[in-house]
Amino acid sequence: MNPKRVKVPERSPEERIDDFGEVPLGYSPDQAVEEAKRCLQCKKSPCISGCPVDIDIPKFVNEIAERDFKDALETLKEVNCIPAITGRVCPQEEQCEAVCVMDKAGDPINIGKLERFVADYARENDLEEPPEVEEVKEEKVAIIGSGPSGVTCAAMLAQDGYQVTMFEALHEPGGVLKYGIPEFRLPNEIIDHELEYLEQLGVDMKMNRIVGQNVDLDELEEKFDAIYVATGAGAPRFLGLEGEDLKGVYSANEFLTRINLMKAYKFPEYDTPITHMKKVGVIGAGNVAMDAARSALRMGAESHIVYRRTTEWSPARNEEIEHAKEEGVTFDTLCNPKRFIGDEEGWVKEMEIYECELEEPEEDGRPSPKVLEDTEHKKEFDTVVIAVGQTPNKVFYENAEGVDVKHWGGIIIDEETRMSTREGVFAGGDAVSGAATVILAMGDGRKAALNIMEYLA
Amino acid sequence: MHEIVEKEKLNEEMTSLEVEAPLVAEKIKPGQFIVIRMHEKGERIPLTFYKKDMKKGTVTMIYQKIGKSTCQLDTYEEGDQLQDVVGPMGKPAEIKKYGTVVCIGGGVGTPEVFPVAKALEEAGNEVIIISGFRNKDLVICDSEIEESTCADSFYLCTDDGSCGREGFTSDLLEELIEEGKNIDLVHAVGPPIMMKVIADITERHDIPTKVSLNSIMLDATGMCGSCRVEVGGEMKLACVDGPEFDAHEVNFEEFMQRITMFEKQEEKAMKRWKEEHEGCCE
Ligand SMILES: Cc1cc2nc3c(=O)[nH]c(=O)nc-3n(C[C@H](O)[C@H](O)[C@H](O)COP(=O)(O)OP(=O)(O)OC[C@H]3O[C@@H](n4cnc5c(N)ncnc54)[C@H](O)[C@@H]3O)c2cc1C
Ligand SMILES: Cc1cc2nc3c(=O)[nH]c(=O)nc-3n(C[C@H](O)[C@H](O)[C@H](O)COP(=O)(O)OP(=O)(O)OC[C@H]3O[C@@H](n4cnc5c(N)ncnc54)[C@H](O)[C@@H]3O)c2cc1C
Ligand code: SF4
Ligand code: SF4
Ligand code: FES
Repeated sequence: MNPKRVKVPERSPEERIDDFGEVPLGYSPDQAVEEAKRCLQCKKSPCISGCPVDIDIPKFVNEIAERDFKDALETLKEVNCIPAITGRVCPQEEQCEAVCVMDKAGDPINIGKLERFVADYARENDLEEPPEVEEVKEEKVAIIGSGPSGVTCAAMLAQDGYQVTMFEALHEPGGVLKYGIPEFRLPNEIIDHELEYLEQLGVDMKMNRIVGQNVDLDELEEKFDAIYVATGAGAPRFLGLEGEDLKGVYSANEFLTRINLMKAYKFPEYDTPITHMKKVGVIGAGNVAMDAARSALRMGAESHIVYRRTTEWSPARNEEIEHAKEEGVTFDTLCNPKRFIGDEEGWVKEMEIYECELEEPEEDGRPSPKVLEDTEHKKEFDTVVIAVGQTPNKVFYENAEGVDVKHWGGIIIDEETRMSTREGVFAGGDAVSGAATVILAMGDGRKAALNIMEYLA
Repeated sequence: MHEIVEKEKLNEEMTSLEVEAPLVAEKIKPGQFIVIRMHEKGERIPLTFYKKDMKKGTVTMIYQKIGKSTCQLDTYEEGDQLQDVVGPMGKPAEIKKYGTVVCIGGGVGTPEVFPVAKALEEAGNEVIIISGFRNKDLVICDSEIEESTCADSFYLCTDDGSCGREGFTSDLLEELIEEGKNIDLVHAVGPPIMMKVIADITERHDIPTKVSLNSIMLDATGMCGSCRVEVGGEMKLACVDGPEFDAHEVNFEEFMQRITMFEKQEEKAMKRWKEEHEGCCE
């Protein structure tokens, strides 16, 4: 048996930084079968416990090994309605693959890429069965937000016969998957395909409806028997530093939304602009920062990650860090911005930076960075992207009487029932947890759907 | 999709556009705005609400042609469809009884301030409207204001004196103040520099003042921070915390700088548009 993974074909760094096409090409059927055959089919299957939605990993992997790709898809779809997406964006190395037994013998099974393979193969070869919907029920459910959490909840409820209406603030569904994660990681075509499934299920998708702004929660309550709030953590966080309002300073949300959702990389064919950039400094080192830094490269700029810890402590997926490095993103680690300096016209031109050192990590935590006094130095940047996290958008919760939130805006729910402090209003995903992951948001959507079914039964 | 029900060219630069949007019409209030997107490749354009017709389920906006998007919008005719019409956006103007309120509109700010003036009048205020334009050819809404009961006094001015008084809206405001008119609130909407000048004047005279900030917006749902402005030393989002703010708290210098952020790209888009559409938008 090969202790090493079957390599995933990828486009070369030189080729890919010229466009927004996807980077890893994915396994061919033969490669997938070969990789699947490495799985030991462990009796205790620790990998399952590493997956937040308990996918029966040995089962679907074995089905791939047997070339029963359609069965593999069914196994995945039992608990995960968007495998093409999770296979691409889950932090597998911290989840399913982290606990795979093969890790000790060489490489863990490439569960993510196998998952992606099954979904892609099924889509490309029309293996998907049209969804079966139970008899239509009387009860109506409203879903607020069309990110992974809302989508999952909607799909489960619709499959069960509930009449589901989805309300989305933006003009396109998908949440962060659409406006945040760039196409070179997650092509829109894939998201749209998964969303088509919702349409087939008869989910009524209403775009441009911002609950709390142009739709009232009270109004929804009158028309629906239950409500699921999955509004995500979409509000940008800033650093509160001098010069943050200079021209050329973006939040990661703005930077990525301009480029992804509004397609500013095709400006002026598309109307939404983005400023011309020569040297971009992205503050932060999570997935969002990697996406911004790699997008900047593709806009033709020199791109730097400015991070106060070292790369090993970066919360981003390993694959993203590796890809960023291969493509030529520079990592300025142990660096913390002090302020941004502008020119006479108000454009950012420099970042003043402190050097940092890492203190001893606290119990199972990350080491905290300590700013070293008198180490300030200036670095030139004509564009700065602030990617230090997001918080829930207050437009929903400030206008939702009876829905209590934590001091930072996270909706408070009963862990058991998944209901917020307002009767019949359930919540989950980033809106509850703060910025987390696609699979956790999805898992929340599942749990909420089950609880809503119970509540309406 | 939202049909254009009526389009009326008011002058060389400004056009009034009535579109079908029953959900927006049902809820929108003075001071709020609407976001439109013309087509799949279009940007999200914020435009202030001017009028609505609940029976027809329509809203009317008045736009000024200044760049690529507004020029393209001008090529849309009655019966054409807009991809998205979203609203109401932002917070409504705070309507209550203040006493005497001076509503000031500069250019396309006049139709923006008009519904606010009407609402303030209905709330029992004495309303004075000052409206200013560059020259007589650009004057709009004057007959509408005159016909409506909303203004107890109405002053019109042009930069070059070709219609109404010669001078800026801020000059008229200063005159009113010097005449000893007791003013409880000034509500100003117009070019940033006009709002800044007015804010400076009223600050000296200690008159509470509100302005509606047209920062550059992207989503207009509070998600991106593009529209951020410093108000009272804090960062605010014009799209969800505003667009109306206390004029004396606004950091105008920063605001005026930020709205020029995409100038180069705007020029490029406009140049391309003109090349492809000769004769349009000269
Ligand atoms: C750039 C970026 C990269 C990321 N990369 C990864 C990754 O590689 N792997 C990973 O697992 N996770 C990643 N994440 C995190 C992941 O995307 C989120 O955790 C996940 O999308 C949360 O899902 P959600 O459904 O809770 O919310 P979201 O995806 O945020 O969706 C919420 C939706 O609700 C809408 N909405 C908000 N307010 C309202 C309202 N009042 N009315 C109506 N609609 C509303 C929003 O417009 C949005 O469409 C990334 C996040 C970002 C920003
Ligand atoms: C809350 C609000 C209300 C507004 N109400 C009106 C109105 O009632 N009538 C009207 O004519 N205009 C209004 N505007 C301004 C209008 O949105 C811009 O004129 C329009 O977006 C310009 O697009 P363009 O492509 O034609 O011009 P461009 O060449 O792209 O830009 C010209 C100038 O318009 C401004 N602008 C550009 N893009 C945006 C954007 N995305 N958001 C805001 N401003 C931008 C900038 O100051 C820029 O320098 C409003 C703006 C805001 C924020
Ligand atoms: S959903 Fe994510 S964690 Fe679960 S098996 Fe798939 S890749 Fe692993
Ligand atoms: S732990 Fe790894 S080797 Fe064992 S069953 Fe799971 S995937 Fe296969
Ligand atoms: S326009 Fe994006 S937050 Fe206001």
